[in-house]
Amino acid sequence: MSVTDLTGTATESAPASRVEELPMAKALNAGLRQALADDPKVLLMGEDIGRLGGVFRVTEGLQAEFGTDRVVDTPLAESGIIGTAIGLALRGYRPVCEIQFDGFIYPGFDQITSQLAKLTNRGSGAFSMPVVIRVPYGGHIGAVEHHQESPETYFAHTAGLRVVSPSTPNDAYWMIQEAIASNDPVMFFEPKSRYWPKGPVDFAGTAAPLHASRVVRTGTDVTLLAHGAMVSVLMAAAEIAAEEGVSAEVVDLRSLSPIDYGPIIDSVTKTGRLVVAQEAPGFVSLGSEIAATVSERAFYSLQAPVLRVSGFDTPFPPAKLETLYLPDADRVMEAVDRVMAH
Amino acid sequence: MADTIIANPTAGPATETTVQFLTPEGEFAPSESAEEYASYLDRLSHDDLQQFYRHMAVVRRFDHEGTNLQRQGQMALWVPSHGQEAAQVGSAFAAKPQDHIFPSYREHAVAHVRGIDLLSIVELLRGNTHGGWDPTDPANGNFHGYCLVIGSHTLHATGYAMGMQRDGVVGTGDDSVDAAVLAYFGDGSTSQGDVSEAFVFSASAQSPNVFFLQNNHWAISVPVSVQSRIPLYLRSRGFGVPSVQIDGNDVLASFAVTAKHLDEARAGNGPQFIEALTYRIGAHTSSDDPSKYQDQALYDYWVARDPIVRFETYLRSLGEGDAFFAAIAEEADDYAADIRHRTLALTPPPASIMFDHVYSEPHPVMQEQKLWLERYEASFEGDQA
Repeated sequence: MSVTDLTGTATESAPASRVEELPMAKALNAGLRQALADDPKVLLMGEDIGRLGGVFRVTEGLQAEFGTDRVVDTPLAESGIIGTAIGLALRGYRPVCEIQFDGFIYPGFDQITSQLAKLTNRGSGAFSMPVVIRVPYGGHIGAVEHHQESPETYFAHTAGLRVVSPSTPNDAYWMIQEAIASNDPVMFFEPKSRYWPKGPVDFAGTAAPLHASRVVRTGTDVTLLAHGAMVSVLMAAAEIAAEEGVSAEVVDLRSLSPIDYGPIIDSVTKTGRLVVAQEAPGFVSLGSEIAATVSERAFYSLQAPVLRVSGFDTPFPPAKLETLYLPDADRVMEAVDRVMAH
Repeated sequence: MADTIIANPTAGPATETTVQFLTPEGEFAPSESAEEYASYLDRLSHDDLQQFYRHMAVVRRFDHEGTNLQRQGQMALWVPSHGQEAAQVGSAFAAKPQDHIFPSYREHAVAHVRGIDLLSIVELLRGNTHGGWDPTDPANGNFHGYCLVIGSHTLHATGYAMGMQRDGVVGTGDDSVDAAVLAYFGDGSTSQGDVSEAFVFSASAQSPNVFFLQNNHWAISVPVSVQSRIPLYLRSRGFGVPSVQIDGNDVLASFAVTAKHLDEARAGNGPQFIEALTYRIGAHTSSDDPSKYQDQALYDYWVARDPIVRFETYLRSLGEGDAFFAAIAEEADDYAADIRHRTLALTPPPASIMFDHVYSEPHPVMQEQKLWLERYEASFEGDQA
């Protein structure tokens, strides 16, 4: 898979370049608007997404623009949202479901894992399931229970689903459109703590492949790997490392299933060290999977064990403890120090 | 025993509100509640009545062959439909070609009416496939796949109907255009949240859904009284979905009532709910033993209300003779023999089907693992078998 560097494309595609500084929430809104405009079969459905524009305002203004048939305020039942989206997809529509918060996805779990993920296989490929499920996820927002979780591993474990998570506004704008264009079901995890910081969105640029991982900072001593909100934590850690004389390369995973191992193996082959970071608990997690695979594929390049930096194997704690639970740059550096000791 | 049956409101025989045209004895004597549906019988020709009987008899014979084949080791599991033929055939005939059907997993007679080759059901239960037929193939009558997680598909049916609304094929007044979705499920399913959510979503959207419940009185071994303390047809009314209870072993009631409520749904009058009182004669599947839980008196009560015997009596009262019934019996035997013949000729599916349709678009992990398995298997070539 090819890799497009954001800062590179912004300048390279100069003639048509149209770059705006936007927060991720607005970039997603623009991406959804574009998808609705491009294909009359696309429709959005979820709780409070119409008149209110969603609790994070990601769908703000879209119902007024596209009507109540295409931006649907659904009854408050996640299994019902996913289950009816499946029926709409069977009829030829491309539903984009919003799950209001990460911890509210479980009432829809059966429809996602037993139906959405399996129907195309059950039907021997006679029909597709082009359904996107948007899930605001992760911590850092000081919210109550069920509002700060990282459940992406459950879905990465389920065959039939594709799972992605953007870390920047530009990726959010492009990846949501790619996810909607995919004929497979896509779990689209939005790092809600990154909804508000602004970043460049190149509306005239080109989309990196949906399932490509990407080197976002080059370095030579250690590879730091994460997805979603944790990418910005790794960038901060890499700055600290540089001050301490350690050159860290940062890889943004972007796609959690399938995983694009090419850039990861290339990076580890160069640096010999890998630290994988995530907000989710570490036990049986994406970090575990990546550590195992890198050990298989780059064993002779590794100079230290692959380390995981993650949330603890506890329920997400009350918000006053979240800064202790969520890995920050210092926790990442603790692991960097350990791999650099080898 | 009769007192017990009547005391259990969900397991009871027909009451005055239950729509019935044919008595258990096969006499045409519509209940008062059937009057508003009587005109729908005018749509039926004598040939249609013959077809009702034909489908019921052929599928019962097929069902017995399925049980036999399972007992002979040809399938790990069989799901019998014996006893529920009238509920299925009558309602299936009420559906128009443009309607869509979302079955549970016991709707063999509906499948037959809609044109499915029932060998597909054998292939499914044999372990050759998780599906068996292509619902997008016009030859398959818009009959969607069986769904083993009970109640899940009622939501798919609801979403499908919401799509019909957006496609402008509801309430146009054009009989050749207006369409609806007919979803089948059982009494056990009604306890699943998905069924309640399907009522909620379809009522909210006023989507063209007809929910057809076959209350066969048993969820494997648990009687329907454990699922509900009120008659199940009342369940949907709290969701704003109008409902009716019918004698599900009366094929005429099943046809007329489903025809009317499909008309309502196609006309844009929103979702409808039909509870068909019927009975599962025999096991839930070949894996259980009804003698451990089923009451003999209750069984006898329902055997005496057999839907096919009842309809034969009625047809004979219309002048149908031995030749017709003999011809159908022969067709049913031939159908079963053909199923047996083709079942024995089935071969295991190729390993590639594990990987080929997990995703619609190319997927690196599927490609890698498929190739790995091919090479692994090839590594044994030349070994002694």
